Amino acid sequence: MTAPASTQTVDLAARFPGIVTADTRPGYSGFIVEKDKLVEVATAIRDEFGYDLLTAVTAVDYLPEGKMEVVYHAYKTTGGPGLVFRVQVPRVDPIEVPSLINVYPGADLQEREAWDLMGIRFTGHPDLRRILMWEGFDGHPLRKDWKEPFYEEDAKPFKSRWPEGRHVMAEDRNPYKDNLKFPENFDPEKWIPDNDNMLYQSLKRYTMKNEDGLETDHIVVNMGPQHPSTHGVFRAAITLEGETIVGLKPVVGYLHRNHDKIGERNTFLQNMPYTDRLDYFNSMSNNLAYAITVEKLMNIPVAERAEYIRVIMAELSRIQNHLVFIGMLLNDLGAMYTPALYAFEERELILDVFEAVSGARMMCNYLRFGGVVRDIPPYVMQKIKDLVFDRLPAKTDEMDRLLTENEVLVARLKGVPVIDGETAIKYSVTGPVLRAAGVPYDIRRADPYSIYDRFDFDVAVRYNGDLYDNYLIRLDEIRQSLRILQQAVKQIPDGPINSQKPQYQVRVPAGEAYGRIESPKGELAFYVVSNGKPNPWRYHVRPASFVNITCLEKICLGAKIADFVALLGVLDIVMGELDR
Amino acid sequence: MYGKGILKGLGVTWKRFWNTYLEDISWLLSGKKRYFTEEGVKHRASKHARGIFTVQYPEERLILPEEFRYVPFLVYDEGEGGKKEVRCTSCGICAKVCPPQCIWIVRSNDPNTGRPIPEPTEFYIDMDICMNCGFCAEYCPFDAIKMDHDFEIASYGRNVYNLEKLLKPASYYASIRPQNYAREEEARKAKEAAKAAKTAAKPA
Repeated sequence: MTAPASTQTVDLAARFPGIVTADTRPGYSGFIVEKDKLVEVATAIRDEFGYDLLTAVTAVDYLPEGKMEVVYHAYKTTGGPGLVFRVQVPRVDPIEVPSLINVYPGADLQEREAWDLMGIRFTGHPDLRRILMWEGFDGHPLRKDWKEPFYEEDAKPFKSRWPEGRHVMAEDRNPYKDNLKFPENFDPEKWIPDNDNMLYQSLKRYTMKNEDGLETDHIVVNMGPQHPSTHGVFRAAITLEGETIVGLKPVVGYLHRNHDKIGERNTFLQNMPYTDRLDYFNSMSNNLAYAITVEKLMNIPVAERAEYIRVIMAELSRIQNHLVFIGMLLNDLGAMYTPALYAFEERELILDVFEAVSGARMMCNYLRFGGVVRDIPPYVMQKIKDLVFDRLPAKTDEMDRLLTENEVLVARLKGVPVIDGETAIKYSVTGPVLRAAGVPYDIRRADPYSIYDRFDFDVAVRYNGDLYDNYLIRLDEIRQSLRILQQAVKQIPDGPINSQKPQYQVRVPAGEAYGRIESPKGELAFYVVSNGKPNPWRYHVRPASFVNITCLEKICLGAKIADFVALLGVLDIVMGELDR
Repeated sequence: MYGKGILKGLGVTWKRFWNTYLEDISWLLSGKKRYFTEEGVKHRASKHARGIFTVQYPEERLILPEEFRYVPFLVYDEGEGGKKEVRCTSCGICAKVCPPQCIWIVRSNDPNTGRPIPEPTEFYIDMDICMNCGFCAEYCPFDAIKMDHDFEIASYGRNVYNLEKLLKPASYYASIRPQNYAREEEARKAKEAAKAAKTAAKPA
């Protein structure tokens, strides 16, 4: 495990004297940049220092100090530790920070999120609308002085539960009998819904005359939120010229529950089961990312056996995710049921393993700080061995035989461009989509976490960046995961499964930590700030799905509307994680 | 040759199609029942599973592993004359660790002295809010709250369980989690033996 201090590999302060200062707060690392020079410094970070991948943009509300902070995490696609730089501004509205969208276009949706939830105005951002909350929402909910309608206390555990815990329904305490509140002086009779005008204004419009003098107008198609191929309540507002997409804006937030705010009310341990609900296909990976982050903050080791168990679970999770991906991609393309159901059979067997070790098929809640909650029983270990040595390799080959050479599929997928490597990096795309575009960037190799440096495996990479490569890379990754699993199952040592004593309240020293893993969908990271209290001061999820759809507009422009479903499909989004 | 890939793929589905029949026939010839038996369900969840994979709920049920968890319940020991000896001491750890805060406990107080006594007067769990994480069972120091296997609790109203509805005997707990029960009983006996040895050693 790398110590947080090792992220500071360049001396930015020497390059920009007076503009950049090293962050000297205990538990923090990186640099503080003067607000006015942010774009200049960021350009130098990208061009001179080579940090070309901006993975996370988020804000922290330091209410007691009267400051707002915007934190940026940048990495090199050639590998190695990252660079943290931040901007601090007084907490007086309007809070303005220059937008980095021209330096790193991948900051687009994340800046909109920071505006929406924290109320930081990014000057120079071309389309700074709310993204997760609706237009007209009152306030910025992640600010520390904002309280939800069901507000009880700042932090759990609530005092009303014990020792005088007489049960009351939460809605009975709210005048509207629902998790709802209105701004002051709100009159529902006079309120006119805003009708998505700002959204449609942000789309490209056109009128033109064809040869016969007929006037052609743009057409706006709303795909979703209730659409079988958008993988949940995802909506895309699309302008079309004939069948070609000329403008597209993703509209998300229908499943938003403000995971970050819930996380700040929870204790550190209580967040563990909540992370299951992010990417609900891969709760084991989510647990792993969160556990790694808090372990970094607590500076505790992980039991040796637990490390192996974690790797086994994370890789099994990747296999079932990719199998379902292939099944669902074919489902989106019209090959209903057969590939999807073949994939689901194997997924069932993997979920049986999860259920036997953790007690639940999907909401595993299996990892604890320092280890895992319980050991793998011998009969389950046997089942894992059966799967990784006998069944899954054969079934992966079967899936390969079923689909890869199918001429109809090849004709449909080959040569339909998704994204090229350079654009993918610019738009902060990570995971299989980036690797299918020819960039061999896998966090398991580039910035190893847990014990991935001990295993012999290749980073799967494909070079064309089309739909077909995006399909093939998933098969490659399943095979590589099986390689890791076969080694891990053989090498797993005996011993304790947790380095810590089981405790329901952990002590976390003040500071910040950014822990990231290569989740099946891309980089999944948690940014946690602790002030030494039992609850995190800031708890931020950097979800792979959310950041990956930043490029959706870019990759769909010029494509046919019929390819939209496939292009969205290969980004492999899951709304639980995207909307949080 | 164009069409070779399609034929290859069709070969896979063809094989799978015949497997459903071959599998049924081989079970028939061996005289065992593949459907509606525990053995059959077990086979369909093993590495040899082929052919029909589906488990026909509710006629057939998946075999739940011991660690399977659904909503919590409270364990009581059966005392003499059918007296329910509730294990819970209303220490409140489960209510404190509960992530969605769905556990509500009223601690008992001695009417004469006003001091707390180790048993709950009221105990509520809001099952609609419970997220089935299992923290309460994991961190209970008295093995008093455990996760149930009964997942069919759908109802027409709200599922706020009170003490009466939450209490289940230790024998039920032993039936759903035999290994955990045996391990805990052993630990408890060892502890009691150590305590007895200590008190025996003291007067001497």
